[in-house]
Amino acid sequence: MDKNTHVLIVDDYKTMLRIIRNLLKQLDFNNVEEATDGQEALSKLRTGNFGLVISDWNMEPMTGLDLLKEVRADAKLKSTPFIMITAESKTENVVAARAAGVSNYIVKPFNAETLREKIEKVMAHA
Amino acid sequence: MPKVDRAERALQVMSGLGKTEATLLQELEALGRMVAAAKEEIAAMRVENVDATHLPAATDELDEVVKSTADAANEILDVCETLENLQPKLAPDDAETVGVCVTRIYEACAFQDITGQRIGKVVNALKQIEQRVRETTGRYAPSAVLPARAAPLRTEGERLANGPQLAAAASSQAEIDALLASFD
Repeated sequence: MDKNTHVLIVDDYKTMLRIIRNLLKQLDFNNVEEATDGQEALSKLRTGNFGLVISDWNMEPMTGLDLLKEVRADAKLKSTPFIMITAESKTENVVAARAAGVSNYIVKPFNAETLREKIEKVMAHA
Repeated sequence: MPKVDRAERALQVMSGLGKTEATLLQELEALGRMVAAAKEEIAAMRVENVDATHLPAATDELDEVVKSTADAANEILDVCETLENLQPKLAPDDAETVGVCVTRIYEACAFQDITGQRIGKVVNALKQIEQRVRETTGRYAPSAVLPARAAPLRTEGERLANGPQLAAAASSQAEIDALLASFD
């Protein structure tokens, strides 16, 4: 797992951004940027060189699922690993995310071990 | 048909009715009066207090709850970060214990996101109630013309964004992992 990977975390709750950033720091990921909704994230992704996206679902004006679809439809970004971290835990949400090409799915509240395990898994397939 | 003819025709019909039909007709008439009275009462309802004071006050209070929990969570995170910065100065065992404890606090602080989303759902429900009260009272108010409500266009992501589920309806991480694995 390349700890220098440029990671984009996306969440409309600043507290959650801070928590994920700190958990990533504990996993030695220090090259981390933040966005507070899908549109801001998409704009950063198109101008940056990110190796992993960790996104919430429920955000305005662009949701995490819509961001995922945009990423998968973009020739430059389509193979970027994308982990959804969300409180949306219904089967239909997981199925929709999977259909849109999500790399892995973490349900909130989550623990640091789950985050580490999922990152390792998606980075291994990247 | 002139009014007199209609009245005569109604009398003829009434005289030709059996007891059951006449009773049914009376009940329908009573029901009609009740509906008319209810419409008048709804139209006369003073919902301004609900619209202008109670519901906005309730949503403001809930917004404050979200803000207070966010402030508290950020305060806790500040302290955690200070503790993490101390780790290099501690003995290895102590540093590890501090690290484990800080991680657990980080995990627990996610409550702010979950409670914030749940409160957001309540605020949305209150707004829906406010809208329905306005529509219902407006519908029966004399001379009220309601604007047509266009259904907003929503993306799949927005349609499926329902926030945290109640425990009974929520899938666990293990169930989600199994579901994802079933696609492989």
